Amino acid sequence: MSVYDAGLLSDIGILLLGALSVYIILATGQLSLGNAGFMGIGAYLTSWLTVVAGLPITAALIVAALVSGAIGVAVGFPALRLKGIYLAMATLGFGEMVRSFFQNFSAMGGSEGFHGMHHVSTGYIWTWAAIVLVLIMLIEASPIWLEIRAVRDDETAAGLVGLNPTEIKVGAFGCGAAVAAIAGGLFAHHHVYIEPGNFSFERSIDFVLAVILGGSTVAPGALAGAVILVVLPEYLRFLADWRFAAFGALLIGMLLVRRQGLLDRALLRFAWPRSRA
Amino acid sequence: MNSTAPARLKLDHVTKTFGGVHALTDLSLQVAPGQIVGVIGPNGAGKTTTFNVITGAYRATSGSVLLDGHDVTAEPSHRIARAGIMRTFQNIRLFSDMSVWEHLLVAQPHAGSFARRLLPTRFSNPKAIERAEEVLEFFALGDVRNRLARSLPYGLQRKVEMARAVTARPKLLLLDEPVAGMNHDEAETIRSLMLRLRQDGLSILLIEHDMAFVMNLCDHLYVLDFGVLIAQGRPEEIRLNPAVLDAYLGRAA
Repeated sequence: MSVYDAGLLSDIGILLLGALSVYIILATGQLSLGNAGFMGIGAYLTSWLTVVAGLPITAALIVAALVSGAIGVAVGFPALRLKGIYLAMATLGFGEMVRSFFQNFSAMGGSEGFHGMHHVSTGYIWTWAAIVLVLIMLIEASPIWLEIRAVRDDETAAGLVGLNPTEIKVGAFGCGAAVAAIAGGLFAHHHVYIEPGNFSFERSIDFVLAVILGGSTVAPGALAGAVILVVLPEYLRFLADWRFAAFGALLIGMLLVRRQGLLDRALLRFAWPRSRA
Repeated sequence: MNSTAPARLKLDHVTKTFGGVHALTDLSLQVAPGQIVGVIGPNGAGKTTTFNVITGAYRATSGSVLLDGHDVTAEPSHRIARAGIMRTFQNIRLFSDMSVWEHLLVAQPHAGSFARRLLPTRFSNPKAIERAEEVLEFFALGDVRNRLARSLPYGLQRKVEMARAVTARPKLLLLDEPVAGMNHDEAETIRSLMLRLRQDGLSILLIEHDMAFVMNLCDHLYVLDFGVLIAQGRPEEIRLNPAVLDAYLGRAA
């Protein structure tokens, strides 16, 4: 595998985690446009833990996931009052807040960025990505996931059959934030240099795009979306400066033809008839 | 009604206002264990508001709601549901993209600890699966278990909603127009299901416009008009009550 291919593969793994972080939150009917913020928290915290505190990378990632998850829960509570585009705007604000915090936080380099991390391999990134993906797919077969689907679909009716929408929505926010932090930690240790600009609004949008393109109703959709989002621009390179326009056209086309994204439950059932998804 | 034992459900001088509008005024009613009680009245009489207050969708402006003597007035919906009050809706509210079977599983949120409920259903929830099978059989929904509930004919959707409501073994079942839009045979099926549920000790409070259905089924009736209780009593008493005839039956006929 060439260095170039390994780089693409690592990008896919990190984007997959970012997309999954959005997917978990979206599964409860909440759209987060601020997951790059949680990713930034994970990136900076993990880097500080490995470089300054001398923790091994795996331990640092776990700590960062827990801290970010707790912040996610704290953000999730006020977010409960908001729905639809209002929630999206609030999360967007949160993401920008985190980015500008690190911009001014000179202890971690401020706008100069932070470095000194050890490089992690593509295999290591993919171990994390695969573990998180498989975990989510297992949870998708669980009673908890049924509750999540019920809350997304009709919060009132879900409450009236005894489900606690608050618990489920805030919990999902926390889990999404934790996964985004892992993506951030891996990103920092893959590029061995981070700056606040890495965790801007466009990054959050990439996560959401991956989910929407790949399929927003099944976890493997995030994988499909991450692959498309990283690989397709490479194949469109012959279009030179027009490739992002072409990419946008493809995106619009996809949304017109297949709103649920590339993968959905019906397609997965068709591909693996034995698994009764 | 035995006055010493606490009623299964008791509404004590409940008032609900929206801005200046009185949706319910000083409503008191009771449902004894194993009773089927009907709430009737013209459109806009406050019947569904009553259900919304009981289930915690609305908070009563004043007065209290007691389940087995425990005050649940200020509890959130999911706590009231877990305490044992389940309902169906006038306009059916099933979860989209969920099979009949999944509806029966999701309605049992307290089956197992959080950690266990994260496992795939077939490992985490043997008791819930057993219960869902039981309910499926009771409602004769076995043939459509894997169909999407929303894709079923109307009558079956009503049954699924009722099945979802009883899966968690509630103490009190609230049915909002359970036979609206059904033909005679379908309504008969629902009636016999309700009678069998009562035999198992379930109390039922229902809203219904089909007078014949209500008169044949209920032990006790409450009649609302403009949010005020205008009459109550046994069906045969209500049939002859002049205030009721005037407010409701007279107009309907």
